[in-house]
Amino acid sequence: MTGYDTQPPGPAFVTRRRLLDWMLGTSTGALLLSIAYPVVRFLSPPRVPEATTRQVEAGPVNDPELIERGFKIVRFGAEPVILIRVAEDDFRAFSATCTHLDCIVEYQRADQRIWCNCHNGQYDLTGRNVAGPPPRPLERYAVNRVARGPREPAGLVVSRS
Amino acid sequence: VSLSAWLEARLPLAGVRRFASHKTVPVHRYNSFYFLGGMALFFFLVQFATGVLLMLYYRPSADEAFESVEFIMTTVAFGWLIRSIHSWSANLMIFFAFLHLVSVFFLKAYRAPRELTWVTGCLLFFLMLAFGFSGYLLPWNQLAFFATKVGTDVAGSVPVVGEWLLRFLRGGDRVSGGTLSRFYGWHVAILPAVTTGLVAIHLAQVQLQGMSVPPAVERRGEPVPGMKFFPDFLLRDLFGWVLALGVIISLAALFPWELGEKADPFAPASAEIRPEWYFVFLFETLKLVPGGEIAGIEYEAIPILFFGFSAALVVLVPFLDRGAAQGRRTLFDLLGGVAVAYMVGMTAWGYRSWTPVYAIVAAAAVLGVLGIGTRAGGRRAGR
Repeated sequence: MTGYDTQPPGPAFVTRRRLLDWMLGTSTGALLLSIAYPVVRFLSPPRVPEATTRQVEAGPVNDPELIERGFKIVRFGAEPVILIRVAEDDFRAFSATCTHLDCIVEYQRADQRIWCNCHNGQYDLTGRNVAGPPPRPLERYAVNRVARGPREPAGLVVSRS
Repeated sequence: VSLSAWLEARLPLAGVRRFASHKTVPVHRYNSFYFLGGMALFFFLVQFATGVLLMLYYRPSADEAFESVEFIMTTVAFGWLIRSIHSWSANLMIFFAFLHLVSVFFLKAYRAPRELTWVTGCLLFFLMLAFGFSGYLLPWNQLAFFATKVGTDVAGSVPVVGEWLLRFLRGGDRVSGGTLSRFYGWHVAILPAVTTGLVAIHLAQVQLQGMSVPPAVERRGEPVPGMKFFPDFLLRDLFGWVLALGVIISLAALFPWELGEKADPFAPASAEIRPEWYFVFLFETLKLVPGGEIAGIEYEAIPILFFGFSAALVVLVPFLDRGAAQGRRTLFDLLGGVAVAYMVGMTAWGYRSWTPVYAIVAAAAVLGVLGIGTRAGGRRAGR
């Protein structure tokens, strides 16, 4: 500190020291911003477009898993879909992602309920949220039977309704 | 209560401030060499920051590694910049660490009481090389795959422990996805942990013992003027760092690091297979060794053992170079000179397809003459 600095002149007067400090400060700020910007952008994951799926084949109507447990989880693109065999000729499909907190639901044949293990969320067989914390119903998908061959059982096709 | 007073009551800040206010750096005509270590430290910090960022997207498996680096380079915002900075800064870090080591060697800064500072510094340099070797494989491209095959195979020719060493490095009998996981573990966990600890010790040693005054300056017997470390020397350091940051960002923007082709274990090695430039002198040496063996030891093992022995010798120099304490020139100056000349010469030879050797020799000669000239001039000016 020089004697000159300890007695600052009036506010209208800019000392050399003050000008240099201002320039150093703004340059440092600009430098830090120019580092922070790319880092923040890098940290935000890029959006990767997913192929849109319209429909998927879900196997034959007499799939043993479907008959034994009454349901199976089908890959619908990157989304899990639950395919439920309510009766021999009644198949239904819903989004398998619980609307509460993203868990995958299952079908409880005894209670005729779609149930989420994580927080005891319950849906009925139309996908309506009937008990527990889920805020919205499950999205419904269409299930169609398609003939596959003369001696083969019919196949199931799940599609966005 | 003000924040500074609150901190003051809880941390030994006053002691730190007192230490900082007393610390000075000697000022003489070899001063610029004092900045090399700080430079290497700066690049290490850049490596740390960019490396942590890259870890967020990198996937260490043979199936996904190449694709994930491709994703970083093409899809992630500024991913190309972060990766290129990581690669450029890695090379500059090794370069500056090498210059630092060489300058400390010839200025005999390893003299008592700084022997252990030299030892930690040497270990840090070897760790840098290990970082370079392990990081080279991570993009899982052709170049890296074959360089790693060759590099680990070299380790396999060491007598007695060779086979164990080879399997230890590769994580199995051949370079595979298992090697990649292993190198990744070394690169992002083990080496950084060890290096961070050693850097802390090395810096503490430097801070506590201060900078060494070169024998040539000491011999004059005049008092050496000093510069306050804080803030004068530190600001100069920071100025260099800002400059270095500008250089690596420019290099990364103008010459983004290439990715190459994905590694294919069943494709012939391409003509461009070479290790990173700092291993080229080793690579070239091994090319000169003919096949064959003597007394059960492969010829190949002889230079490898020799280089290993030399590295150990380098670490132990402060304990062997007795004359250094008296400020005399010793055999070690000659040995060091020969070693540096060999490394530079063989590296130049390795790149002869890029630059004609005579151009490198001529450039080295001009630099040498200039160097001797400035020394003589400096001596005259000093009188």
